[in-house]
Amino acid sequence: MLGYALRRIAGIVPVLLILLTVSFFVIRLAPGGPFAAARALSARTRAELRQRYGLDRPLAVQYAAYLRALAHGDLGRSYSLRDEPVAGLIGAGLPVSAELGAAALALGALSGIALGMAAVLRRGGVIDRALAPLAAVTLALPSFVIGPLLALIVGVWLRWLPVAGWQPDTPRDLVLPAITLALPLIASIARLTRASLLEVLNASYIRTARARGLGRARVLWRHALRPALVPVVSYLGPAATYLVTGSLVVESVFELPGTGRYLVMGAIDRDYTLVMGMVLVYGTLTLLANLGADLLHAWLDPRVRHEAP
Amino acid sequence: MRLREPRVRARLAALVLGALVLLALFGPAASPYSYRALDWRHLAVPPGFIAQHWLGTDALGRDLYVRTLSGLRLSLLIGVLATGVSVLIGVAWGAGAGWVGGRVDAGMMRVVDVLYALPYLFIVLILAALFGRGNIAVLLVAIGAVGWLTLARVVRAQTLSLKRQPFMEAARAGGLSDLQMLRRHVLPNLAGTVVVYATLMVPQMIVYESFLSFLGLGVEPPRASLGSLINAGARQMLSAPWLLLVPAVVLIVLLLAFNVLGDALRDVLDPHQR
Repeated sequence: MLGYALRRIAGIVPVLLILLTVSFFVIRLAPGGPFAAARALSARTRAELRQRYGLDRPLAVQYAAYLRALAHGDLGRSYSLRDEPVAGLIGAGLPVSAELGAAALALGALSGIALGMAAVLRRGGVIDRALAPLAAVTLALPSFVIGPLLALIVGVWLRWLPVAGWQPDTPRDLVLPAITLALPLIASIARLTRASLLEVLNASYIRTARARGLGRARVLWRHALRPALVPVVSYLGPAATYLVTGSLVVESVFELPGTGRYLVMGAIDRDYTLVMGMVLVYGTLTLLANLGADLLHAWLDPRVRHEAP
Repeated sequence: MRLREPRVRARLAALVLGALVLLALFGPAASPYSYRALDWRHLAVPPGFIAQHWLGTDALGRDLYVRTLSGLRLSLLIGVLATGVSVLIGVAWGAGAGWVGGRVDAGMMRVVDVLYALPYLFIVLILAALFGRGNIAVLLVAIGAVGWLTLARVVRAQTLSLKRQPFMEAARAGGLSDLQMLRRHVLPNLAGTVVVYATLMVPQMIVYESFLSFLGLGVEPPRASLGSLINAGARQMLSAPWLLLVPAVVLIVLLLAFNVLGDALRDVLDPHQR
């Protein structure tokens, strides 16, 4: 197990390095450059700015300098946001994004599993029959449609919750974004839980438990749920990838001050250091989340870790 | 109506899609306004208020009916073309890997695995922000170039299993070259799967495009896409909710129709997939 984990963790570093290298050169190859949009600058100021950020040096030198700084934990300074250190911007925005992601993951996993169980508990009941079509509809619709519609109905028409904006320490502001982000998760997890529970319930040890006179609900809860959750756990990898990118969408829909906005802003302004910082953060998060899910899976299912990587 | 029957569902979804395509093609011409015409006397009027602005106008007095339908046209166009790009790459890559096999196969699939680990939307976002603001061709390639991974995997698996079929051996014994066998036997047998995946890919591509436009990275004003209309509508939902509702409903119907059609086609053409 430990060997497997170490192999997988070591595997992340080259992928991250490739991602960073490709991004580094791609953003510099793109037409336009930093400070090109600010028309008010004189040619001289612009040249000085370029020199200050080292943009006048050859690409290879810039690349080496970036990697050297990165190895010391220095992500550089933003060109467009008042010379702020990129690490500071990430530090300010990441808690908001993380809070949103964690809330959505918890909401998605808990209500998804609960819905799946409820469907199995009453086969052919309302929940069981409505689950498949509702899940299909939910999964077909993107967050940037669901989000504004939810805000319009719940926030504007019913006036239950604030529509957008963010004050620290007011969890109410998190409710709509978290629901929007969690909806596809709820749908997938409910579907997965239902299918896998139905499969487990066919096993002979379940029949034995029933024959011993245990009630349906008790068998479901005590005997069937744990093995049935294995596919749900392995779905957490894709789910985490979805959360990372989905939070980008939801943050922009509800105008949350997370890290998502910096990616688009930075790319449009050609703020190279800011974009690189975002690539680093989101790339690392995605890779770590997938790794975490894989490790959890390997822990549950020993066959996985003995396969060649 | 027996909605459980996949053929019935497929027909229904195809009907809705057909209607949407016709609306997108000919709908704008039915209105006297163009998508960019400003009507200063009728700013932000709700639907049904002024006879000629059937679905109302936005804050600049532009006709929402025409703008929504021209946005629909653009979304459909980009969705279908980007899917075409993805299908071409995906089938070539998957069939190539599956057919050649061995090291080449392992290497090609390793590339797919690595790309799979990266978040799509993220890459599309960066590419579009860097190269494609308002440039539809770039947008198309950016969206299409990342959608082919799943298809490549499916096509490879199918090619591998086809290769082992007895009729392939017979074809080989009959003296067909690799290229002839690919064209005559492999590709036609892949067609069903590819059609199903392509149908399910179109709504995904439409979502990507709409999302980029939603962020202001897609089409540039005054042109409209469903995504940019939804974004504009979301900003004015307090004063003019129809600006959000109309494009959102059209996008929802469009996406659902494609998904229902794809799922139903899968049930009909590819029954062992589920």
